Amino acid sequence: MVQIAFFAGALGALGGAIAVIALRNPFYSVLALIVHLVSLAGLFLLLHAEFVAAAQIVVYAGAIVVLYVFVAAYVGGVEEPLWEPIPGQRVLAPLFAAGLFVVISIAVLGTGLAALGERGPEISPGFGSPEEIGVLLLERFLLVFEVVSLLLLVAAVAAVVLAGRRRGDDELAPAGAGREAGDAGGVG
Amino acid sequence: MAVEWYLVLSALLFATGAAGLLIRRNPLVILLCLELMLNAGNLALLAFARSLGNADGQIFALVVMVVAACEVVIGLGLIVAMYRRRIPLNVDDMRGLRG
Repeated sequence: MVQIAFFAGALGALGGAIAVIALRNPFYSVLALIVHLVSLAGLFLLLHAEFVAAAQIVVYAGAIVVLYVFVAAYVGGVEEPLWEPIPGQRVLAPLFAAGLFVVISIAVLGTGLAALGERGPEISPGFGSPEEIGVLLLERFLLVFEVVSLLLLVAAVAAVVLAGRRRGDDELAPAGAGREAGDAGGVG
Repeated sequence: MAVEWYLVLSALLFATGAAGLLIRRNPLVILLCLELMLNAGNLALLAFARSLGNADGQIFALVVMVVAACEVVIGLGLIVAMYRRRIPLNVDDMRGLRG
């Protein structure tokens, strides 16, 4: 039963990931990311990480994906040009990724992880529950919690500064676009 | 299920994200590929947390999720700013720093 659930989740996560990088329209890529994230949340449940799985659904599939959808709709479908600035990029990149997978797999499987056993240690019934996570966050990892909240604040302020409309943006635009096009032409 | 299965799946997802990062040129899709890689790391963290019977790894995974959220917010802000200034949304065209 656990095996069936694992392989279903793995298939969904992997299929979603491949669809994210293979679909040409960014909007469909975002939709494929939802499949990936939900499958991954299922795998998290199998690992007894209930709170993290719930946070994955709420934070990722709820908030972040909605942000992506809005930006994809705002920017519009951008077709990628077929022109390649780096020769052989489309051949070399999958080769590099396959090599990376082989290296990580060797590193993972070459260690003594098998000694951990098939089932892992017995865990308490409250493992991964909101109670345990909350106690850990507010006692042992209080500093981490505060630093992360500061990071979120900084990111929120930065987003407002970056994306906010400034005076002079529209006058700047043609000159900026021209400079950018000239640069690309000059280098390419 | 033994922890190796989760770790190999995590490596596979990470490699998929890395391939997308190298192949695609739309900054929006590149951010999605970063998400894939961060989630692969999360899966490995949770697999180790389960196999060691220690919930510290789950806290680490939650922190990674928060950092991913920050990265998305900054990245999408940059994309919106680029779109407003009519800079083409193609990372190969952004050569202002001669990168």
